[in-house]
Amino acid sequence: MSTLAESGAAAAIAPGAAAGPRLKVEQASYAYAATDRSAPEFTLGPVSFEARQHELIAILGPNASGKSTLLRLLAGLHKPLSGRIELEGMEITKIDARLRAQRIALVQQESEMLFPLRVWEYVLQGRYPYGRRLRFETPEDCLLGGNALAQVGVDELRDRWMDQLSGGERQRVILARALAQQPSLLLLDEPTQHLDIGSKVELLRRLRRLATEMRYTVLVVTHELNLAAEFSDRIVLMHKGKCLRVGVPADVYDPALLEEIFEAPLAVEMRPSGRPRVILRDNR
Amino acid sequence: MRPLTPRRLFWICAVLSAILFVAVVISLRMGAYPISVRQIVMTLFNGALGRRDRIRSEFWLVVFGLRLPRIALGILVGASLATAGAGFQALLRNPLADPYVLGVSSGAALGAILSLTVAPRAPAAIQAAAFAGAVATIAAVYFLGRRRGQLDSSTLLLAGIVTASFLSAVIMFLMTMLSGRDLRGMAFWLMGDLAAPPSVDLRWLYLLLIIAIGSIYSTSSDLNLILTGEREARHLGVNVDRVKLVVYVAASLLTGLAVSVSGAIGYVGLLVPHVMRLLFGSDYRLLIPASALGGAILIVVADTLARTVVAPTELPVGAMTALAGAPVFIYLMRRRGR
Repeated sequence: MSTLAESGAAAAIAPGAAAGPRLKVEQASYAYAATDRSAPEFTLGPVSFEARQHELIAILGPNASGKSTLLRLLAGLHKPLSGRIELEGMEITKIDARLRAQRIALVQQESEMLFPLRVWEYVLQGRYPYGRRLRFETPEDCLLGGNALAQVGVDELRDRWMDQLSGGERQRVILARALAQQPSLLLLDEPTQHLDIGSKVELLRRLRRLATEMRYTVLVVTHELNLAAEFSDRIVLMHKGKCLRVGVPADVYDPALLEEIFEAPLAVEMRPSGRPRVILRDNR
Repeated sequence: MRPLTPRRLFWICAVLSAILFVAVVISLRMGAYPISVRQIVMTLFNGALGRRDRIRSEFWLVVFGLRLPRIALGILVGASLATAGAGFQALLRNPLADPYVLGVSSGAALGAILSLTVAPRAPAAIQAAAFAGAVATIAAVYFLGRRRGQLDSSTLLLAGIVTASFLSAVIMFLMTMLSGRDLRGMAFWLMGDLAAPPSVDLRWLYLLLIIAIGSIYSTSSDLNLILTGEREARHLGVNVDRVKLVVYVAASLLTGLAVSVSGAIGYVGLLVPHVMRLLFGSDYRLLIPASALGGAILIVVADTLARTVVAPTELPVGAMTALAGAPVFIYLMRRRGR
């Protein structure tokens, strides 16, 4: 299945890139203010970590810890105030916007669609970075769009309207559009929000498979501590704009630290698989 | 998957052009002087080939002297307003956006009236002033329509409706104060009318029309993405700010162009893009040319009705479009609320 998509994703990787990290974040920081002259309302960083191909990294932290800002920096939508972010050896903000969209796909918390679209129309939008202005979609675009739908298991939905899908189906279609971009780096901003537990597990399992089998590097911002521990290779733990820890779940899930930053009575138990599980401590 | 192909685009535009041609011929036939369809087609054919000697002089006068200029004006106005409507809907991310509803037409009308009072004889001043009026109004509505820094759909509409009624009041005030001058009637500026021939050469106006529609068309695949979400569009490589500027200037120019020659004809920019969306889907690469042709068809038909249903008296063409447009607006608004 989807050999074209697979070869496409692989083709985007520079030769020899497999050896080094695909994404390199070095002391990246960012700040934003309400106006140009006022003091910054929020400061991020400096943050440093690396991500390789086949890796799934979860970015965790309480609300307003800077997770989504970090993701937007990684997507090249903001320029870091200091430090560098490199994808396959190139500084992200220096890559032309369309070329960047061929390498990085960002799945955001979605905005309202103005006019109803069919699923296939939506997915074909992922091919936009590959075209010149006013171009019409080629048969290859349709093939890659179809492959992307098949990869996330919603091929049968292609003729449905976007506004008639369930939350889980919709999230998968949005992911399919990102895959149609044939990126090497897949960024997801709280993709599990508004999904039931079954759909959450299904989505993370799929992302895990995409990383392992299709060579994507996947970064997910999420609030799901246990699902992140179960499916991710490494965790980036954020709090108040600072990156507190980066490492495998077992190292990062320190109960005292989690209790402090999430301000809740939490305990961590280690499962036989070596992956931690966070439980609510009985504090009576 | 059935993405838009150049072939499909061509055929839809060809069919709409054929319908427009039929509407033009029917419109040429209607009027006090009787002339058959065959005679009209022969007159048009010979006229197009420059063989004036083969046309009877009264046919020449009726077709090329009287009826065709008005129809050509109608085509210009209809195409302008419908394309401007489709442009504003994408720019403001609001399906109910329309130059008339948002007060942009009233702003353009006010600009035109002011230019008529200040510099009545300056060439093309009325078009320039109408454009300036449209640009200023849409900027005002845009800023009034924001809540907490975000464009809010219902606040925007309210801002537009209030702006429109305020500007209409200013127009009425000016018209009453300056009643002695040659400013055309109040009905012309508030309702729209194609009876008065424009003071500028239509060919220049058509050139501007083509440039403005072409500019919006050049952004159509970007607009498709912006309609799904601005942030997503930005991430997919769309230069959102540039696209918005192009659409803002071009749609204001189209509104100014239409209003300067026909007054404020309402609801064309609302009605036509929605009908075209229902028929052909919401891909802007097709929607822009289809709306331009559809707008032209609508105005030609509406103006033919306006000058024939109560003949020898004439209705303003804006009354006809409002009769059709207002119920559609209410229908769309209620459907959105659900």
